[in-house]
Amino acid sequence: MAVGRTRAIALQGLDGSVVEIEADISNTLPGIAIIGLPDASLGEARERVRAAASNSGCPLTDRKLTVNLSPASLPKHGSAFDLGIAVAALAANGGLGADSVAEAAHIGELGLDGRLRPLAGVLPATAAAARAGISTILVPLANRAEAELVPGIRVVGVASLRDAAIHHGADLEPWPVDAVEMAAASAENEPALELADVAGNPDAVEAMVAAAAGGHHMFLLGPPGAGKTMLASRLTGIIPDLDADAALQVTSIRSLAGEPPAGRLASRPPFEAPHHTATAASLVGGGSRVIRPGSAVRASHGVLFLDEAPEFSASVLDALRQPLESGEIAIHRAVGVARYPARFQLVLAANPCGCGQFGAADIECSCTPHSRRRYLGKLSGPLLDRLDIQLRVSRVTAAQLRYAREHPGVDTATARSRVEAARAVAAERLAGTPWRLNRDVPGSWLRSPAGAALRGATAELDRALELGALTMRGYDRVLRLAWTIGDLEGVSRPGADHVGRALLMRKAI
Amino acid sequence: MAQKDELGRRGERLAADYLIERGITILERNWRCSQGELDLVALDRGTLVFVEVKTRSGVRYGHPFEAITAQKLARLRRLAGAWRAAHPEPRIAGLRLDAVAVVAERGAEPVIEHLRGIG
Repeated sequence: MAVGRTRAIALQGLDGSVVEIEADISNTLPGIAIIGLPDASLGEARERVRAAASNSGCPLTDRKLTVNLSPASLPKHGSAFDLGIAVAALAANGGLGADSVAEAAHIGELGLDGRLRPLAGVLPATAAAARAGISTILVPLANRAEAELVPGIRVVGVASLRDAAIHHGADLEPWPVDAVEMAAASAENEPALELADVAGNPDAVEAMVAAAAGGHHMFLLGPPGAGKTMLASRLTGIIPDLDADAALQVTSIRSLAGEPPAGRLASRPPFEAPHHTATAASLVGGGSRVIRPGSAVRASHGVLFLDEAPEFSASVLDALRQPLESGEIAIHRAVGVARYPARFQLVLAANPCGCGQFGAADIECSCTPHSRRRYLGKLSGPLLDRLDIQLRVSRVTAAQLRYAREHPGVDTATARSRVEAARAVAAERLAGTPWRLNRDVPGSWLRSPAGAALRGATAELDRALELGALTMRGYDRVLRLAWTIGDLEGVSRPGADHVGRALLMRKAI
Repeated sequence: MAQKDELGRRGERLAADYLIERGITILERNWRCSQGELDLVALDRGTLVFVEVKTRSGVRYGHPFEAITAQKLARLRRLAGAWRAAHPEPRIAGLRLDAVAVVAERGAEPVIEHLRGIG
């Protein structure tokens, strides 16, 4: 008897592979067998597909149906294959246009009544289908707006299995159904917090602008109440809008995490602030069957803020070292490897000691020197070495507050336009290289003629290196920061002044 | 006789006629032993065939073949063994289990389907 063929997408991380679904009818007692490494929820498709088909008025064959998902070695999970399996089974029965079925890809979970239910991860799956050269994809009606964000592929939203069969040329009358709605999408990015709310601390605000312009990682150290959290939560507000690629990636990650995009791509960079009890798996991602993205992945192209950084367990913090260097997280599990982008900007905040008052002008610290040492010692050297900006934030005094009332600080809109201008200068300079931000340029470029600072500008820095006050990695990081400060001021090449300020921002602790 | 038994008997008659028309010899109908009942025992060109007949008055609750579960198949195999133990005489080339579905809707010509070698 006939074989029905169609395609679906299996997601592993943000990457999707095309899965061929074959359905064969053999002349023996009725039943459905699904083969090709299905997991439990995919195995249950047997029952969903049979019930959905008969309740849609296009019943499956009353012989034995064998469904094969190939490549058979790739583990497949979830309910997104239901629609593909049902359509392949109906195609094997005849009555559907075999070419139309074979060319399209299908994503969708079936209810017993034959309606299609929305799913997580439709955006990355559609993007994977488009990359694989598939011309048409059928998705649940509730996911259509999300799938249509992907260019270069025809998206067909269907409310029920019957509608899908009609799309493929089945000779059926459409039945009106109430399409299953998606849970209301979360409103994207409530208005960004205003930078001008930060009273005093003009140095810290200036460092934030530099961090946003160059994408530099940042460490904020200060007593409780100094405004570390306030500063960090305003960083995303001054980062420019996401470009097209980043927006697609950010929205795909949200779609995977089960947050439906509201019919358009995310335009603002994400902000993630996991609590300090977070585990390594919650931060980078994990899971035994479905490898889910963690906070660091969700913060990609945005800011990952770790408040009370020394309270995080050391292994959790060190798990961030690999993504900080490579901009990618590879999570290995028995079912396979999932790769996620993790190009986040890291902001750490910490108190200077257990009681939090060390170095404050107004209250005396009650910690012993030993406990003070141990407190910040929880942040490993290699991690701190990767933070370009290390800033001390102090509590605002009454005098500073009065001054700030009369001289309001820079507001978000001004800061963002400065950042945009600086990023444009950097992008022009780095055109033709693989790097976009000053954070990304390697040391070799900084020492090449194109990337060197003005002659003699680095004398102070060379001395710090000779004295052992800076590592070679730290040296390069100061130079990167100096470039960013130069970009903000619109100079063509950083001079001694810019290098000095960069060194101060790095060694302010 | 209850209505459903009536339907079952009618289905078995229709099935037997259908098989005879296709050159299959019926050896026995409704053979009973302590373990249960075989609907039809037949001989198809030297192969001994045990036939399970399922009759329905409609397909609203599924096709008749869907009622043949793994358990029923196992019982059919046990019964086949019992029949053979009781009747060692016919020389045969092999054994086979078949199923015949009869859908006899009111006021319509009955539809008969025959599956060979169901396991």
